Amino acid sequence: MKHFGRSSRRRLLQMGAAMGGGLLAGQQKVLAWDTPGKLGTPLGPYGERSPFEKAVRWRRESGTPETGSSFTPLQDSVGTLTPSSLHYERHHAGIPTIDPAKHRLVVHGMVDRPLSMTVAEIRRLPSVTRTLVLECGGNSASEWAARTGPDVQRSYGLASCSEWTGVPLSLVLAEVGVRPGAAWVIAEGADACRMERSIPLAKAMDDILLAYGQNGEAIRPAQGYPLRLIIPGWEGNTSVKWLHSLKLTDQAYMARDETAKYSDLMPDGKTRIFTYQMEAKSVITFPSGGQTMPGRGLYELTGLAWSGRGRIERVEITTDGGRSWVNAQLQEPRLPIAFTRFRLPWRFDGRDAVIASRATDESGYIQPTREALVAVRGTNSIYHFNGIKYWTVKADGTVTNVEV
Amino acid sequence: MWKCSALALVLVWAGAAALTAQSPKYGVGRPATPEEIRDLGAAIAPDGGGLPEGSGSVAEGRAVFAARCARCHGPKGEGAVGATLVGGQGTLGTPRPLKTVGSFWPYATTVWDYINRAMPFDEPGLLKPPEVYAVVAYILNLNSIIGDEGVMDARSLPKVKMPNRDGFVADPRPDVGNAK
Repeated sequence: MKHFGRSSRRRLLQMGAAMGGGLLAGQQKVLAWDTPGKLGTPLGPYGERSPFEKAVRWRRESGTPETGSSFTPLQDSVGTLTPSSLHYERHHAGIPTIDPAKHRLVVHGMVDRPLSMTVAEIRRLPSVTRTLVLECGGNSASEWAARTGPDVQRSYGLASCSEWTGVPLSLVLAEVGVRPGAAWVIAEGADACRMERSIPLAKAMDDILLAYGQNGEAIRPAQGYPLRLIIPGWEGNTSVKWLHSLKLTDQAYMARDETAKYSDLMPDGKTRIFTYQMEAKSVITFPSGGQTMPGRGLYELTGLAWSGRGRIERVEITTDGGRSWVNAQLQEPRLPIAFTRFRLPWRFDGRDAVIASRATDESGYIQPTREALVAVRGTNSIYHFNGIKYWTVKADGTVTNVEV
Repeated sequence: MWKCSALALVLVWAGAAALTAQSPKYGVGRPATPEEIRDLGAAIAPDGGGLPEGSGSVAEGRAVFAARCARCHGPKGEGAVGATLVGGQGTLGTPRPLKTVGSFWPYATTVWDYINRAMPFDEPGLLKPPEVYAVVAYILNLNSIIGDEGVMDARSLPKVKMPNRDGFVADPRPDVGNAK
């Protein structure tokens, strides 16, 4: 799926370098030149990527291997979709192995007809497919305290974009008959910690999916197989994976992961709670930290923008440290709450350049600077950082993160 | 005549629509059983709804904590590979906030709910309800929220007022980002 996008100049150059150069004319020609008259490998039942492709998730160290985060290699991404195998992970108690034939979703609490459904039964219901970004509420957490991530993967890589297929939750709620007075849905997962989140009923009636499909196949185990919530535009933790219970209640349950975690501590000591919304964000993926420009000349500067509030309207680029901004080209169609690829031809002339992107979404929200965020929210906040990310392309071609 | 028939049709249609709205349209699945709801309905409300029978004391909790919790959280909840559970009151508005059960968590019911659902980390579900009450009592006592003789049960636990109960505010965003 990731090969649908047009290969960037950088990738072609890398491939050329890896294979001895001069091999830019395509696969057929490489084979003919490299292995004349030799048969290729047989067909296979489930695809693998080329052995020459090395992009992998980066895993932050944690005290226990079952908890923590792994980050999508956005610097290697092309187009707008994230391969399922490179989708970011955030687990709190490991990945459960679930036999879908034995898995059930129970919808209960303030309903007329408490319902128990198998995954096969849920798949009988009318389904929808949406391309949506998921972003961890803690993505870019390291940016708050100015310990800026050295590359785009480690600083912005807890965001990924997939095509999700499932059943509108509102349809299932109509089946069970929500009782008057119900205002919240308490979602629980089947992982070892039975992840729990309280979700306002209004959102559940609006656009939440009971998802079983991701990028054309069943959701991967690490993404919630066989059933998860997908909550468009909200922090990833609310899209409870391995979903097995939805309880309709008249109150939020103040679960650990919506009070002690995934809440935003402000400088005055007060804490914002139920900060579900992910706001507009963008980042340049090439050139980005850790990369090296192969030489002077014309390049395609590119990156990703997204917003939990809808479509991306505009992405502006600066290559002079924020003094001037120009509009980037946006890849159509610009889907709401999905990765939007932006591009700008840019000539690297061998002089220092400080580059950044700034996204505006259809609500008129403009991605703020880190300084503007910190001025209001301080640096104890951890979650929901969406500030502008600057990279410095140095005269020697190396690219680093910088404080501006 | 034509009008009468049309009216009758509309009435029949309206009646059917009302019936449809009150009964399942697709009819998939089966009624959830009481056992399923009991097993999956373990979430505890902040008003104490869902808390089971049983009780546990600070003293009992000290023993359970030493056996089941101290390995990761330290003998006195000071934290190790597991989170720091004790201390930090008065630090939330400082440059170095220490967010613990005592300083940060707004509801004691959440402590019960989380220990019951997710702890011990490598063996969740191990503790029986009286042991969960006891461990909660011990952690609250370590934070000087209840006394040494404290006993937690379904009635006393929701009445505990955590130090940071009033420390949470609604999300005001967008608070930044609507102007260049």
